[in-house]
Amino acid sequence: MAGSATKPSKAKKAAPAASAEECHHWLRQMMLIRHFEEKAGEAYSLGKIGGFCHLYIGQEAVGVGCIASLRPDDYITCSYREHGHALARGMSARSVMAELFGKATGCSGGKGGSMHLFDAERGFLGGHGIVGGHIPLTAGTAFAAKYRGTDQVSACFFGEAAVNIGAFHEALNMASLWKLPAIFVCENNGYGMGTALARASAIMDISHRAYSYAMDTEAVDGQDVLAVKAAMDRAVARARTDSMPTLLEMRTYRYVGHSMSDAAHGTYRTKEEVETFRQRDPIKVLAEYMKAGGMIDNAGIAAMDEEVVAEVADALQFAEESPDPPPEALTRDVYAEPR
Amino acid sequence: MPTLTYRDALNEALLEEMQRDPDVFLMGEEVGEYDGAYKVSRGLLKQFGPKRVVDTPIAELGFAGIGVGAAMVGLRPVIEMMTWNFALLAIDQIVNSAAKMRYMSGGQIGCPIVFRGPGGSALQLGAQHSQAFESWYAHVPGLKVIAPATPADAKGLLKSAIRDDDPVVFIEGEMLYNLKGEVPEGEHLTPIGVADVKREGGDVTLVCHSKSVTIALKAADQLAEAGIQAEVVDLRTIRPLDTDTVLRSVGKTHRCVVVEEGWPFAGVGAQVVDVLQRDAFDELDAPVVRVTGADVPMPYNKALEKAAKADPAQVVAAAKRVLYLE
Repeated sequence: MAGSATKPSKAKKAAPAASAEECHHWLRQMMLIRHFEEKAGEAYSLGKIGGFCHLYIGQEAVGVGCIASLRPDDYITCSYREHGHALARGMSARSVMAELFGKATGCSGGKGGSMHLFDAERGFLGGHGIVGGHIPLTAGTAFAAKYRGTDQVSACFFGEAAVNIGAFHEALNMASLWKLPAIFVCENNGYGMGTALARASAIMDISHRAYSYAMDTEAVDGQDVLAVKAAMDRAVARARTDSMPTLLEMRTYRYVGHSMSDAAHGTYRTKEEVETFRQRDPIKVLAEYMKAGGMIDNAGIAAMDEEVVAEVADALQFAEESPDPPPEALTRDVYAEPR
Repeated sequence: MPTLTYRDALNEALLEEMQRDPDVFLMGEEVGEYDGAYKVSRGLLKQFGPKRVVDTPIAELGFAGIGVGAAMVGLRPVIEMMTWNFALLAIDQIVNSAAKMRYMSGGQIGCPIVFRGPGGSALQLGAQHSQAFESWYAHVPGLKVIAPATPADAKGLLKSAIRDDDPVVFIEGEMLYNLKGEVPEGEHLTPIGVADVKREGGDVTLVCHSKSVTIALKAADQLAEAGIQAEVVDLRTIRPLDTDTVLRSVGKTHRCVVVEEGWPFAGVGAQVVDVLQRDAFDELDAPVVRVTGADVPMPYNKALEKAAKADPAQVVAAAKRVLYLE
């Protein structure tokens, strides 16, 4: 059932043990992203957020697990569904929410918006709005790291719809040909907007696309943060130590519509299908693992929930109260300041 | 001053900038082992090795994007497009990635990259290989667009482009590669955004760039025989456009013809005319006339191709028209 959005996929590999500290961190990050996205959705409905707004609800384990494997000096490039990755990278909920609100205090100064979140200090190189257009950029940052002889790795996040685009193939071919330290993370949530994978791709195993480029690949249960982290660890080691790229197919599911203008279900997928996938919720999967291992109890989860609710409330208030960019920001940053 | 071809002047610029800054590298199809499809990169692989002179597969979108990614983290890529016709496959990276990066990141991420290669028509290459795209890229805020006409400007502007902190579209004249001219010795940098008066005259201004400079200069010779002194203003940079130099010249001549190789609709000349009608309305003694390529895809047939291209005779006729001599 690879990649077809009819049944949740099962873990392919036994997840390795993770420390209680790590698990706490990941659980909190996933809960923060979930709550942040729910509130972003509400703010969008209230007209506080404009334009397009693509939520990450259901896919949290992918961003959190992958980014946990990276070093602070590594590079990350994302598609436009990147609020979760920004938060997982340690960008503050305030700076991300303020950007969604278009405020001067946002991570891109209010000039990027939901689809263009940037944080140069954290190597967070966007939020890009053209499907697949950012995949070559990751090969480029990986090229730069190799050129300079650093051991930085570059990670790229994109949906499964992007694998049918020329940019994907061109980038993967050159990444493999030139042995670039890049990790291409395909978040296969089953649908490119409203088009099911089976209606868009001649093959259902996205991971097999790597075979065309003699590239290492894995298909991973994207709802299990431990499995995600373990697979990403292997890919990072391959990139950092051997300067070899990897394609990771993370099998996941988005509970919400493609964007805020798209209903969660009703046209291209059924309510039952969405409900089935919600049964293997990534937050629940990790919470149960932690409870079984005695790492957390219900009271601990409730306390964590209170924390993230407060953090998002603070971010909303900050975004609300922050100023718009000044009028002169309109013409700033088109070109570099003269040296 | 030594005399160089336009091709060798570009080669010197690449060589010098790669010697000067280890962050500069050249990437593109056939730039290395083949020594460049048009030999602009001749000898560079031998000099700098495959790390800095990178042969690519035929994948313009992919390697343009790789260049953008490398530039985002501080390298200074020079991405060679074998011709600008093929760069249409990469225009998403040039327009959606390179041109927007600084702005949409709120000024955090720059993109110091040069996309370069030959543009315009050569001889009987047909519809898909005979196109001048300056106005396409000049439309885009965030890009700088350069189209030099002489070996000296080719060298000086390419060096400036490589040192520039913004993405530069550098369109070379395919028919200019063998053009010879004097190139100053030593460190020769030509400023971006500054036009150059290639010939002085008081009767009519001919605004041009790239290959059309050659056409305008020939036309100026012919006009001189008829006692008309034409001033030839070479824009050199299309964006940012040096309107001051154009206005200064038209303020002197009061008549203007704009010559370009590209198509007429929304062309570079249309922008020049817009500036003149607004900022030199009272200076003009005649409506500005444009000489452009014909508004058709380029035909293969030699006679039809000739008819499709701007030539000195058309410029002479246009100049006489604005002087009310015809």
